[in-house]
This record gives sequence, C-alpha cells and structure tokens, in this order.
Amino acid sequence: MMKLVGRAHRFSPNDDINTDYIISGRYKFRIDDMNELAKHVMEDIAPDFAANVRPGDIVVAGRNFGCGSSREQAPRALKAAGVSAVLAESYARIFYRSAFNVGLPLVECETGWIRNGEIVSVDLDEGVVSSQERDMRVSAAKVPKAMQLLLEDGGLAPHLKKHAGFARELTEG
Amino acid sequence: MGKTIAEKVLADHSGTDCHAGDIVIAAVDLCMSQDGTSTMMIRELEDLGFSHPMTRKGMAMVIDHSAPCPSLEVAKVHGLIRSFARMRAIPLFDVGDGVCHQVIPEAGLVAPGDLVVGADSHTCTYGALNACATGLGSTDVAAAAFTGKLWLKVPMTQSIVVEGGFARNVGPKDLALHVTGILGADGSTYRSVEYSGAAIESMGIDGRMTLANMSVEMGAKFCPFEFDETTSVWLRSKGVDVDDGVLSDDDADVESSLDVDVSDLVPKVARPHRVDDVCDASDLAGIRVDQVFIGTCTNGRSSDLRAAASILKGRHVKKGVRLIVAPASRAVLADAIENGVASELVRSGAVIVAPGCGPCVGTHAGIPSDGETVLSTANRNFKGRMGNSNDVSIFLASPETAAASAVKGEITDPREVR
Repeated sequence: MMKLVGRAHRFSPNDDINTDYIISGRYKFRIDDMNELAKHVMEDIAPDFAANVRPGDIVVAGRNFGCGSSREQAPRALKAAGVSAVLAESYARIFYRSAFNVGLPLVECETGWIRNGEIVSVDLDEGVVSSQERDMRVSAAKVPKAMQLLLEDGGLAPHLKKHAGFARELTEG
Repeated sequence: MGKTIAEKVLADHSGTDCHAGDIVIAAVDLCMSQDGTSTMMIRELEDLGFSHPMTRKGMAMVIDHSAPCPSLEVAKVHGLIRSFARMRAIPLFDVGDGVCHQVIPEAGLVAPGDLVVGADSHTCTYGALNACATGLGSTDVAAAAFTGKLWLKVPMTQSIVVEGGFARNVGPKDLALHVTGILGADGSTYRSVEYSGAAIESMGIDGRMTLANMSVEMGAKFCPFEFDETTSVWLRSKGVDVDDGVLSDDDADVESSLDVDVSDLVPKVARPHRVDDVCDASDLAGIRVDQVFIGTCTNGRSSDLRAAASILKGRHVKKGVRLIVAPASRAVLADAIENGVASELVRSGAVIVAPGCGPCVGTHAGIPSDGETVLSTANRNFKGRMGNSNDVSIFLASPETAAASAVKGEITDPREVR
C-alpha cells in the first residue's frame, strides 16, 4: 500500500496526548479552515511544533494517543500540518476511527526507541517501522482490514460513495 | 453463551448473533452533533448528497458549546447550523436550551436499548438510560445520518460492582473519580462498562449520568446501566412510556471486574492536568482557588445544584473567589428558580451563566487568568482546557467539594462543613 519516510517528533507528555493538546478549544470552535488550524496544532504542549513540522513528518507518542474530546479537527489538523502518520503504542478509540476516516494512517508499535528528530520509515504493508539512521526496526501491529479498506478508498466519505454504503468487507476483521 | 447489554443491543441492531470482537453493521436510532462538531458533519453530509437522516429517530443538533455566541467567527458557525437544521427540518436545541447530553434525554429522544451516536465524546452519558451510546468524529456521525447505519466493533464488557451507601457529602462524582484513578485514562479503552450493585440500584438517573459521562475518561465506548424502576420513572416523566429494557445475562462473558464499597469512600479530587491523577480532597487542603465552576454534562443537573446550594445556603463565597454556575438545561434552571436553589446560589455570591457548556471548553463565560487555580465539576482538567494554558491549574471534584471550596477559598473536604 505505502511506505512513508519522515522526521519523528516526540512530545512531553508522551502518554495520553489528548485531542485538546492536538488542537485547543481556543481555536477549534472559531476556525474552520484546517490550514489555519494547522498553525496551532500541538500548541499547548509544543508551541514550536507547528512552525517546525515539514510535509511527511511523523508524530510519535506512547500510550492512548488522541484521548478525550471527539473533535475531528484533531486528525484533520495533523494531516493539514503535513503529518503523514502517527506512531504510538495505543490509541483512544474515537481518534482511531476518525484518523482513518479522514485518511491519516495510525500505526501501533513500540515507540520508546525512536529519538526525537530521527528519520524513520514506515512500511504499512509489511508492518515494519525502522530508523533510517540506525540499525533499528520493530514490527507494527497489523492495520485492521476495515481500516486498510478505508485508507485505500481515501477515507470514509469516498468509501460510502464507492460502495453505495458500507462495504460488507468492513465486517471481516 | 449469554450476552452483555452491549452484545444484545448490537445484535438487535445488526440482525446478527454477535459477540465481543465481531464487527457488525448496525442500524442507528439517533445521531446528534453540537456547535463544535457540526460544521464538519454538515460539509460531509452535503458532499454525500444528503437529503434527510436515515436513522430511525432522525437526528438532533444542539448549540451549547459557545452559547450565547461569544464572537463573530462562532456567529458564522451558528448561522450555518441554524440554516442547515431549518432546511432539513432537523430538531435544533438553540441558545439557552442547555447542554446536549441533558437536553436530548430530557426531550425523550433516548429510550432503553437504543443505539445512539453523537459527535461529542460524552455521548456515552445516555448509557444511564440503558442505551448504548457513544461519541464519534463528525464524519462517522455524518455516515450514520446518511446511511442510517454504522460499522461497529462489538466491545468486551468490563463490570464494576458498587456496594454500600454513600456518606454525607460524598456521591457519584467521587465514585467516578475514584474508579478513574484506579483504572486510568485508558483502563476501559474499547470496552463497554457496566456498573451494578446496591449503590447503583439506589442511585438516581442524575448520578448514573455522572458515572456514564465520566466513563469516556477511561476510554470506554459504552456505559449502559441496567433498566430498572428508576429508569422507567425518569423516562415516563419525559414522556417515554416503557416497561422494560435490556439486562445483562448472568452467564455473559465479562472481561474483568472491579469491586468498590462506597461506604468508606471520601471526597475525591483529580489534580492537574490528568483526570486519572486522583487523591482525597483532604490531601489538598490549603490549596487556594481563584475560580470555582459548577456545571457541565457531568455535574450541572438539578441534584448537583441542590447539593451545592445546601452547602452554600446561609454562607458566602470567599472574597476574591469567583463562583460560576451553569445549569445543564433550561429545565434545570427553571427548577432551580422554582425551588429556591437559584436564589440561594446567587445570594451566596455565585453568578449563574446561561445553560450550556459554559467555561468547561474554554470558549467563553469564565476563561481563567494566567497563573490561576480553578476547581471545577467538569470531566476534564487538561492543560489549557478552560481557554488559557498559561500556568492555569484545573482540579476536578464534586458539586459538594466545589461549594465547600468556594466558601473557604481553598480546596476543602465538604464533610468539614457542618
């Protein structure tokens, strides 16, 4: 399906990065242009991130990434900022669905070894995450079939158009 | 093998004999959105060629997160929502009606056994009425409105058995914080949480809503309570005439369980900036507060305002402390006016702001200043949550702890108030 290469960005805190931290309520209620929102992504925990992030960069975190509010502005603003994927040890469920719905791939893998600023590559088909700078690689959890299907279709809305509703394959795991 | 409430509701809505782990395409009864999530939902629906909701009971939209409108930018969003709702004949709860998770149940839109999806994470609150309700992103809710269905993974169920009786000035919020402190911010991820036991059987719907509401702070998908006489009486008062609901089977496959006896539970507080960083209120005695907020979909209901007023009556908020109260709905405010609770709150020094989400989400009506400390009855204390991330500390507690702390000007165990 695809191979992504990008610079890793790590944050403090590492675990439980909630959607308020991804995009604050200060902005999300009044700005509906995702490119504008992208200028404030991660602002409350990493004020320099929005200015430094480059297209293709990869967000790296620990457990329970995307917990809290259901705001879909969170995955959309990350995507608009150029983030190509998120690598985390686990995800909160609303964010998990929404990210694939809007075409932002999430990868579940061990992330403790990834250094801030390191160039990493992600092979979504093979389920392998590796460093481009060191001899480090880990296998990632397989992206569930339903999520793969949504990614291939370009998100949930294109999926519904293509299949005139939900494809039966979504229920196959 | 028997089934849990989540398995029964999803089996019923998908026409399958599903169990935890299966993925089903389920018919959705109701979908909802609020003013912070509707814009994206409307755009997705228009892109899909939407004409009317295919969900069994249609949809509902609520303007509550920034209500009344605080800015020109938000006015544009509200205008878009109103025109969309008018054109599609979708019920809209507008400024002053209250918080979505209070007005939708009050309007009789949720019934036992329903499958409800909402573009707001605290949609799980409706679990108090024996429904399976969950928060989703705007695109998922648009998909449900457009097709009448949604694909869902059937969740494992986690059982929490609560025995005993609450001590004076200790209640459901303290229990919710206690459980969140034990299980953690991802302790129920992808799970359906089922509370049961004597303390739940004797608990009113307001308290059950507080527990169901907070379940998403542990990552839960659903938090359905068993149907009982309390559910039935509450629903009848809202015009929903039902005699039975969905019960969990004794031999259902329940993943893990937690047993709590609330008899020795004490007032609890979540410290900044984590909902699961929970300690006893008495451990924090002496921490001064600048603002106290009573309200939200967690604790803005009639019983919450009554509990706060019972502590504030005849006392006054400490000089220099701001006490902001946001009733959860127009009905809650009217109730507070009619039974004297509103005047007790106001005379004690509180300001009552419009029914709605108020300062919880940092849009208006109580953004703290730099360096301030806030004690709130809300469900989230993330850095920056109330609109200012500049050294603002938010503590979460019950309405009783909030009221006692407002009087003393510092975090106070409400059992100390005689």
